[in-house]
Amino acid sequence: MDVSGLLAQVLNGLQYGLLLFLISSGLTLVFGVMGVINLAHGSLFMIGAYAAFAITRLTGALWLALPAAVAGGLLFGALLERVLFRRFYRREHLDQVLLTFALILLFEEARSALLGNDFHSVPAPAVLDFSVPVTAAFSYSAYRLAVLAVCLLVAVLMFLGIERTRLGSAVRAAAEKPEMVELLGLDARRIHMVVFAVGTALAMLAGALAAPLQSVYPNMGDGFLIVSFVVVVVGGVGSVAGAFWGALLIGLVDTLGKAYVPGAAGLAVYVLMAAVLLWRPGGLFARGA
Amino acid sequence: MIVASRAGHAALALAALAVALMPLWASGYHVQLASTALVAAMFALSLQLLVGAAGMVSLGHAAFFGIGAYAVHLLPAGLSILFTLPASALLAAAAALPVGALSLRTRGFFFLMTTLAFGQMLFFLFHDTPLGGGKDGVFVSRPALEAFGFAFEVPRRSRPTVLLLLNLGVLAAMYAGLAALMGTLFGHALRGIRENEDRMRALGYDTRRVKLAAFVLAGALAGVAGHMSAMTEAFVNPELLGWHRSAEGLLMILLGGLGALHGPILGAAAFVGLGEAATLLTERRRLVEGLVILAVVLVLPRGLAGLRLGLLRRREPAPVAAAAAEP
Repeated sequence: MDVSGLLAQVLNGLQYGLLLFLISSGLTLVFGVMGVINLAHGSLFMIGAYAAFAITRLTGALWLALPAAVAGGLLFGALLERVLFRRFYRREHLDQVLLTFALILLFEEARSALLGNDFHSVPAPAVLDFSVPVTAAFSYSAYRLAVLAVCLLVAVLMFLGIERTRLGSAVRAAAEKPEMVELLGLDARRIHMVVFAVGTALAMLAGALAAPLQSVYPNMGDGFLIVSFVVVVVGGVGSVAGAFWGALLIGLVDTLGKAYVPGAAGLAVYVLMAAVLLWRPGGLFARGA
Repeated sequence: MIVASRAGHAALALAALAVALMPLWASGYHVQLASTALVAAMFALSLQLLVGAAGMVSLGHAAFFGIGAYAVHLLPAGLSILFTLPASALLAAAAALPVGALSLRTRGFFFLMTTLAFGQMLFFLFHDTPLGGGKDGVFVSRPALEAFGFAFEVPRRSRPTVLLLLNLGVLAAMYAGLAALMGTLFGHALRGIRENEDRMRALGYDTRRVKLAAFVLAGALAGVAGHMSAMTEAFVNPELLGWHRSAEGLLMILLGGLGALHGPILGAAAFVGLGEAATLLTERRRLVEGLVILAVVLVLPRGLAGLRLGLLRRREPAPVAAAAAEP
């Protein structure tokens, strides 16, 4: 195998893994802090991608879509939490599954009513529509490098926010021992709303970033949702660090698996998940497992 | 989970009779729709063994349904149903065994995600590889109605009737078998696990093995349902294995009521009826479905059977006490 081909696949794998991190970190935090399974998390990704498509078509500028996805995601997430999810924290898993399944159906129907059922492509911003020469024989898309950079920036901001701020330490406390939060006199409702809003914004940002990399199509969140579950199982639930390393691992394994073992396309990540379940059922990065 | 009272069983038997006589009073279209509902009821009933009895919420159950259906495609055409039906069940059970063994290393939320992921793995196996005939699905030839050298030729005109009676018979047998199973020590152990798994373990039960047995049995029954689906529709496609179908099974259970063994049958009938009504009323079927699900989880968390649960509750034996009698 040639070196530049391998390098391209590794970069693709890292970039896919970082997108997965944006999605699965929200999933794992929402579960870790509130104990809610959000199957509609993949639909939030889809909404972000369609938002990017709509904004790009209206204004011609993708870079407007990114802050719009984040701001819209924060608002939308806070609204969903306030109106629906708040009632389901203490309900059974089955009720949560059906609530979020209903949301998938409703989001897809809304998407179909507003923007139709066609496949669309979203052009990368003109400024980034060129290739960066990495070695003499190999160059890599500037937009993909920009996605890598944005995702890394978000990851760093998340770590700082969680490790260094008062709100972040409250979120960590809530994820480890939910009853502690009330004892400490913190406002658990505010923490829940913030976590849900941030999770939603991250998923929608991931969708907006991914829109130019693949086409935008109905049910596009489904595949990302399933793989994000694999990431959470592999990384360990409730842990952002676990989601980070798990997502990179899954991104690389999936991309390299598809490139070099064509017969087993797509199955590699599930084999990895099975191995992790056999070896460390709590996840690779679970604390004290 | 409770088995219906004597009066409840009488009502179920009356409903079965009404369905069996449908060819006399309903249109051909509605006879076929009833077959679809019966197959859906089989699938939901097999899932109830996990969800209602043992409290295990699986999102990968449709994979075993799909494998049972694809078994009809993979086996040579023209075989007797006496051979293809058990073959479907066995194939689905063979897939459920490793999936269950791995997924049951986890509990709760993790179990849900793991079953979902493995279910999608099997979906991709049929969607992306030539094994199942591709992502658009294939037509299959129906297994022959033939037993001990006596072949039963079905004229094309009466085929919906024959399929309806066949599906009704399989569903009735499945229900009777599960009702009997819930009365055995195994059934009591499952209920005990749902109530308090740690206590069951402290009592000396190998709870993971009990759960694995239930998972494999539920997989086999889903395979039977899948077989009857392939037989009824004469068509299989990868969507049969997809997780949306698993979620629909859970919805049928919740619609009908978690607490009763016959709940999924009511739920499946309600679900198929709802889908039909939605299609008649509007182009936007998912909108109606989504709103109904929202209404159910917000307003009616115990399902249709839950409306009568107060009356039936007396019949439920104390599960943990009965299980504790085991030395």
